[in-house]
Amino acid sequence: MSILQHNGAAIICMAGKNCVAIAADTRFGLQQQTVACDFEKVFKMSDRMFVGLAGLATDVQTLRNTLKFKLALYELREERVMKPEAFSALLSHMLYEKRFGPYFVEPVVCGLKDDGSPFLCGMDLIGAPVYTDDYVVSGTCTPNLNGMCESMWRPDMAPDELFETISQCLLASVDRDALSGWGAVVHVITPQGITSKSLKGRMD
Amino acid sequence: MAALAIDRMLDAGARPKEDDATNAKDILGLNVQRFALAPTPDPAQFSKDNFGVGYGTDNHQKVQFAKGTTTLAFKFDGGVIISVDSRSTMGPYIASQTVKKVIEINPFLLGTMAGGAADCAFWERNLGTQCRMFELRNKRRVSVAAASKMLANTMYQYRGRGLSMGTMVCGWDESGPQLYYVDDDGTRLKGDAFCVGSGSTYAYGVIDSHLRADLTVEEAIDLGRRAIAGAAHRDAYSGGWNNLYHMKETGWEFIGAVDTNDLYYEHVHPSHIPAPPPKPTPSNVPR
Repeated sequence: MSILQHNGAAIICMAGKNCVAIAADTRFGLQQQTVACDFEKVFKMSDRMFVGLAGLATDVQTLRNTLKFKLALYELREERVMKPEAFSALLSHMLYEKRFGPYFVEPVVCGLKDDGSPFLCGMDLIGAPVYTDDYVVSGTCTPNLNGMCESMWRPDMAPDELFETISQCLLASVDRDALSGWGAVVHVITPQGITSKSLKGRMD
Repeated sequence: MAALAIDRMLDAGARPKEDDATNAKDILGLNVQRFALAPTPDPAQFSKDNFGVGYGTDNHQKVQFAKGTTTLAFKFDGGVIISVDSRSTMGPYIASQTVKKVIEINPFLLGTMAGGAADCAFWERNLGTQCRMFELRNKRRVSVAAASKMLANTMYQYRGRGLSMGTMVCGWDESGPQLYYVDDDGTRLKGDAFCVGSGSTYAYGVIDSHLRADLTVEEAIDLGRRAIAGAAHRDAYSGGWNNLYHMKETGWEFIGAVDTNDLYYEHVHPSHIPAPPPKPTPSNVPR
């Protein structure tokens, strides 16, 4: 089994009308053994941006710490908040820096751009970025997640509808994946602020 | 002739009869006398290398079989409780949440399914045939000891060929409730409690802590359910529904199917509330 599947994860970012949402499961496992059901794999990077890190848990935490540090340094030096576009480029470069000994993490970035429109980006473990305007997924059940998003996503969803859609997509997907699930969190970013909710998922 | 044919059925050494009727049956696949083996110098090794079913030991294979299970059975004063989950996985993908892992061999015999789904289903159905033949020939019900030995002998015949089967043969015969464990390398054990499958260690934890011979039927059913609930929660490859059977003097009774997710909230963590969403990390954005 790939080292990317060692701990298990399922993450979706989805765009709505002037809003974006990110959802992730909460399982932390060691192969088939479920160790914890409250593991964090999406992180707030600014008031308008989240990053989701699916993959090896140790690298998830290392990368989260490094990203927070670099972001803080950027904000001190530049006296402004980093845009999601710049953040994605930074992350992509950080990953490619380790081209021959990579972090085993496939990240997704979501946020609102300056004009309030959604920004979505996903990348592989060595930083090949892919920019989309509908949804992007990552984790151990990407076929399931892509299938669900493909059939449920539609353009210009309002925040409430976006929350419902992303939640149902995630819950349905992880119910067909042995390595992810056991609860979930959803964050919806709007220009007005962030709403965070935890979902009750199947515990088997 | 017919009896002979069945006696020899699936016997690796048996040669097909040369007459036309047998040949016609062979062509139609109605008279399988042996399985075709891989055309390699060492077919057993080829099977082992390419058609194995094991947790973490078959990742290199181009084909992956359906597997992943928790099954348990234990004896108590009121008979035998047989409790299983219903999940089937192919790699991390959950192929089904509604698999019947208890095979009803006859009204007094049950077999459980762990390991390769196809191997268990096929060979336990084959055991059913052998048991029926025994009854017709001897005009009495087969003992569980005999039935389990028939299966163990079949497994021994195919030892090293890569079959994957971990089963519990449970029944009630002249000498009372019976429980045997039979697996693919021909092991046959008599015992009071067994758990088989990827979630078996979790199930043993629950069973060993609470099993007593003088359990009431209700307590025993509850214990069977709890053990599966615990395993379904911790083991990624177990889950779905819990099917539970009770073996009594009058034969087996199907007690019912319960969602293992409902069992979790009922038994494992009765007061579980989903963790609150993580507090957004203190923003490093100057306001």
